[in-house]
Amino acid sequence: MKFNVSHIAKLANLHIDKNELELLSSQLTKTLTYINILKDINTENTPNTDQVTGLKNVVRDDIVTSSFTQEEALLNAKDSYKGFFKVKGILENE
Amino acid sequence: MKYLPVIGLEVHVELKTKSKMFCGCSTQYFGKAPNSQTCAVCLGMPGGLPVPNKKAIEWCILIGIALNGKIALHSKFDRKNYFYPDLAKGYQISQYDMPFAKNGYLILQNGKKIRIRRVHMEEDTGKLMHEKINGESVSLIDFNRSGVPLVEIVTEPDFENAEEVKEYLQALQQIVRYLEVSDANMERGEMRLEPNISLTVKKGVLPPYKVEVKNINSFKFVEKAINFEIKRQEILLSDGITPPQETRGWNETKNETILQRVKEEANDYRYFPEPDIPPIQLTNEIIEKLTKFIPELPNIKAKRFKSSYDLSSYDIEILTRDKNTADFFDKAVLDGKSFSVTPKQIANYIINKKPDIEKSVPSEIIKTILSSSKSNTIDEQKLTSVIEKVLQENKNAINDYKNGKTNVIMYLLGQVLRLYDEKIDPKLVKENLEKYLNNN
Amino acid sequence: MNTLTLTEAIENLKNKSFSSVELTNACISRIQNTDSKLNAVITLIKEQAIENAEKSDVKRSKGIDLPLLGIPYVLKDNFSTQNIRTTASSNVLANFIPPYNATVVQKLEDAGAILIGKTNLDAWAHGSSTETSDFGPTKNPWNVGYLPGGSSGGSAASIAANQAIFAIGSETAGSIRQPASWCGVVGLKPTYGRVSRFGVVAMASSLDSPGPLTKTVKDAALVLKVIAGHDPKDATSSPLLVPDYANNLQNKKKMTIGVSEDYFNSVDSQVANAVYKAIEEFEKKGMLIKKIKLFDPKYAISDYTIIQRAEVSSNLARYDGIRYGNGRDMFGEEAKRRIMLGTFTLSSGYYDAYYNKAVKVRTEIINDFNKAFSEVDAIVAPTAPTAALPLGATKENSMFGELADVLVEPSSIAGLSGINVTCGFTSLGLPIGMQIIGPQFKEEVVLQLAHLFEQNTLFHKQQAKL
Repeated sequence: MKFNVSHIAKLANLHIDKNELELLSSQLTKTLTYINILKDINTENTPNTDQVTGLKNVVRDDIVTSSFTQEEALLNAKDSYKGFFKVKGILENE
Repeated sequence: MKYLPVIGLEVHVELKTKSKMFCGCSTQYFGKAPNSQTCAVCLGMPGGLPVPNKKAIEWCILIGIALNGKIALHSKFDRKNYFYPDLAKGYQISQYDMPFAKNGYLILQNGKKIRIRRVHMEEDTGKLMHEKINGESVSLIDFNRSGVPLVEIVTEPDFENAEEVKEYLQALQQIVRYLEVSDANMERGEMRLEPNISLTVKKGVLPPYKVEVKNINSFKFVEKAINFEIKRQEILLSDGITPPQETRGWNETKNETILQRVKEEANDYRYFPEPDIPPIQLTNEIIEKLTKFIPELPNIKAKRFKSSYDLSSYDIEILTRDKNTADFFDKAVLDGKSFSVTPKQIANYIINKKPDIEKSVPSEIIKTILSSSKSNTIDEQKLTSVIEKVLQENKNAINDYKNGKTNVIMYLLGQVLRLYDEKIDPKLVKENLEKYLNNN
Repeated sequence: MNTLTLTEAIENLKNKSFSSVELTNACISRIQNTDSKLNAVITLIKEQAIENAEKSDVKRSKGIDLPLLGIPYVLKDNFSTQNIRTTASSNVLANFIPPYNATVVQKLEDAGAILIGKTNLDAWAHGSSTETSDFGPTKNPWNVGYLPGGSSGGSAASIAANQAIFAIGSETAGSIRQPASWCGVVGLKPTYGRVSRFGVVAMASSLDSPGPLTKTVKDAALVLKVIAGHDPKDATSSPLLVPDYANNLQNKKKMTIGVSEDYFNSVDSQVANAVYKAIEEFEKKGMLIKKIKLFDPKYAISDYTIIQRAEVSSNLARYDGIRYGNGRDMFGEEAKRRIMLGTFTLSSGYYDAYYNKAVKVRTEIINDFNKAFSEVDAIVAPTAPTAALPLGATKENSMFGELADVLVEPSSIAGLSGINVTCGFTSLGLPIGMQIIGPQFKEEVVLQLAHLFEQNTLFHKQQAKL
């Protein structure tokens, strides 16, 4: 199993330095080899477990509760402008 | 070579619940100060957890039922993972392989069945605005819209032209309004359309590509965009080029679609079951109970108006356009019975006089009709024949109208009024003329 | 004062032998005197804590009583605290000030407890050493050349060093029990869903379980009662009623304890011997010991690795540096590795082979435990394969965490309850921990057995010498 680090990094929105690439690739390949032992277990007729609580239909009523103030919402922002979060321009043909 | 358009449609409808899909923040973001209606959940802060809005789920299911879908007894939410600055959590909570409804359909006037693949529940993103501040291009983000409930309705590629798409969309808009789950106002973005368009040489054979068009905020533009795409793709294909699979946007100033992005390998959403929300299980009893909340839908109402009141399809179309008018009409008919006011008289009154039904009472309308019963009623047949005659004699004017010189209608109106030669409401004549011009 | 157990501290505050201000001051000075050696606390909350202690003394003088009124505690720094920096020990969140409290924090505040510090952890709780913290490693109070375990290593070390009366940690797989074991304290991992996750920096959402680290079993019972229960802000929190654990510590029936050889296979002999001795102790007290066969824990490692990495890759996607925190370039190596692996196992073409396989194996592991619990009331095993390892041990193996947690991962995957209690010391004087695993929502069973053991042994009385 070879690990395409740059493709996965793109999906994960991570920047991986060239010098990290090799090490990461070998570590991840090693881990993948390790976890491959799951193949030993026959799961042909086994249902999935997505959650362990057995809960279902947990919903809330349509009631408005209090929100952050604009100040609270923006308190930790790197950059803001007139109440908006601000980022470098995203190029898009619009 | 002759090409056949193959068109599918994704529609997003914003539900008008009071609170957001997964938190208690208000959904009323229109005109509010930016980022004033957010919390740890919809801002994607550490440890914020989604708890689904019961009403939103019920409404999504109602839409599914109204569109003749099969409601899933077992359903769940999934995470759709992708990065964009307006997506607070780095994933959108949506539904992947177990939508609330599947395999629905909607029947067009011509009897054609448009198959609806799925109806599912998801959340809206924040709003991005692109601006220049001190010469620097920046994007500004408002998360007030983040987490507002959205229902996505996806059809099979069953449309063959823009008119079918438009009719479907109008019907869909009418249905969600009848259900009172969304105002589906397109300019406000409460209903968003994404047609995907391709051309085939043989009916039933799906082409190897698909072009998605975004940024369409009116029925007029959806028609224009589709027709533009059909022409654009025809030119490419006749040059032997398969149009690339891509997303385009409708540019209303240029009146054309322009490339937004080419589908690339990085479009891998890595869906997996949302671990923060337990699954949703319905029973047939619950579905039946929900079904009882569905009012008489426009198509059924139209049939009843036809069979019980014997109205013209034109009258019916106008009277059933929104539920309040239809309900008002129904009540007025009931009130009118004892005074021998006919449904046709009431229909004419509502259509021609356009009373503010929010403010008037059906019984008052009956009184008004009775008091003015002397006033002449319109001979529809006569009007139709006059309009036809005028249009016959003014073919150039028709072309002008279709080419955007809509002012020409005033000239035609004058001609009709002159020929009709009895007193008649010009507004009504103009409406009829417009109807004629748009349908021919 | 700071060396008191929670039970003793409550007693003394009630008797007015000392005030909450005195107790809080004692704990804070202990932190100030010891933490240069340990680095257990990354944010000390001094003025506000004293102020709150004063308020609680006033309350008490007015006759108001609350379960934890005036008790100083420390909190793992992956719990959101309103107006107090919350970092998850990552540079990504180095300056993040939440405008909200985690539900656990709110419940503790409502119960009168006083937050005096936020403790170190492996960055994002990714690890079993507290060595991968962006704020430097925490050291083991029993020997500062050794690791405290992790990821709740700061909380475990803090309690072992008597810096607070109790601590809160969180466990995804082992992050409470394993550091408790290496630091010689009680660590209770409640059933998944027993304690709300709202406001806890998510690691693996289908596994994360907040819980207490304490000086005695009864203390753990008292804290659990306060923090457990349904939370309308967490859809996976259980609506089951929360029993009065502390008043229900005496077991009323003879219990059967399961022992599986597979959990002793690659375990250090000193650790294995101490746990076997503990099992004999249970037998002496009239418990029935039964050999059971469980899935080899090595499968749980693989299963856990896939599920946890997948959820991590998605949970860490929100950290884009726009709304708060620093950008994604600030993620450390371990977080990047986990995000990458998780992204891979969910990606198109690999989902079925990895993620989808893992959620099926998860079912098999759950079934395996269900079968076991049809025959026994609880399972006893070593908590970790070894006692604390020397500083630097993580650098040698990128699977270090998984190997250190091999014995706690199966029960975590199944969402079970479990507790660590000290059952011996190595020749180097490092604590050895035993875990008692119980069925879902049977915290009272593991607490009863742990309490029984504690009542009949003196290990918990030993104190780390700093």
